[in-house]
Amino acid sequence: MKIISGLFALFMLSLPVLATEEALRFDNEAQRQLYQQLTAELRCPQCQNQNIADSNAVVSVDMRQKTYDMIMQGSSRSDVLDYMINRYGNFVHYQPPLNRYTLLLWLAPLLMLLGLFALQLKRRRQQAAAQANEQLSGLAEEQPSATLDAELDKLIEQYRSKK
Amino acid sequence: MRKLMFYLPLALFLALALFLLSGLFSNPMERQSVTTDKPLPAFNLPDLMNPEKRWQPQQLHGETFLLNVWGTWCPTCNAELSYMTELREQGVKIIGLYYVLPADPVLGERFDLAELQADVSNKLQQRGNPYQFNILDFDRSLALDLGVSGAPETFIIDSTGIVRAHHIGDINPQVWRSKLAPLYQQWRQQDGVQP
Repeated sequence: MKIISGLFALFMLSLPVLATEEALRFDNEAQRQLYQQLTAELRCPQCQNQNIADSNAVVSVDMRQKTYDMIMQGSSRSDVLDYMINRYGNFVHYQPPLNRYTLLLWLAPLLMLLGLFALQLKRRRQQAAAQANEQLSGLAEEQPSATLDAELDKLIEQYRSKK
Repeated sequence: MRKLMFYLPLALFLALALFLLSGLFSNPMERQSVTTDKPLPAFNLPDLMNPEKRWQPQQLHGETFLLNVWGTWCPTCNAELSYMTELREQGVKIIGLYYVLPADPVLGERFDLAELQADVSNKLQQRGNPYQFNILDFDRSLALDLGVSGAPETFIIDSTGIVRAHHIGDINPQVWRSKLAPLYQQWRQQDGVQP
């Protein structure tokens, strides 16, 4: 039993591997890493939101092959990206460039952060103001409370008489 | 000010709901093609039925035509054959780019030209033949250069070999009338003007 559970634990520890990893040969580790990085970053034009490493659509298979061929011929990362973007547009890369169409996309997180910061700042100020008010009213407690008590008594009288 | 803050979440919610609602009616497959308004990429590919004959871009110059990416394995392509045959009868010039599926050696598949030719002529006899001829893109290299993501897709190529339109999806009467016919006519009219 112990052996089985031990084996099971060992099995659970194994790292997930890319299901579509082909048996590709590279000249060095840098090439392999570049290939893995690019196939994870390039987006399948046929499927809805899959990278080409995960997709087995024909076009993804071809794009993976092209990426591999280009890397083996010594192309750089930007060569491969340019090649793909020239054919499939910015759609194909999961890191859209900063231009006037994507400005909002890039700035939105920053704007949200700034908005939150401003909101927080405003709250702090309000709290500080409220505290200052309390302190002020604390100093002048006696006098107003007497008039308030009188007013309250009046109201209670009114209420009673109505009944 | 307090009231405004009170209604702000509601306003934000409504804005988000509207945004998501508009997303329901958008077509996620629609995207801007980047291979239009550029010349046909270089290629040197065999004719499907007569593989000794090879096609290069210059041989296609002279007349505006439709380049239809298709395969017998693709149901939508088969469905559009009969309507495109009607278009051919109306004088529209259509050239096929045959998109060969990769053969899976694990399943014992391999590329067999004779089998493919038989399959194609069979299909075209059944459904109608809209094509002047078919270019055999056996490794899908021209398809990749044209930014083809699947089949069917159709390009309008003008008489100087410049890609003028890229349509992803099938050709049916509605698509033809509203989208492709006006463009085809427009470039067709310029055929005589351009040298």
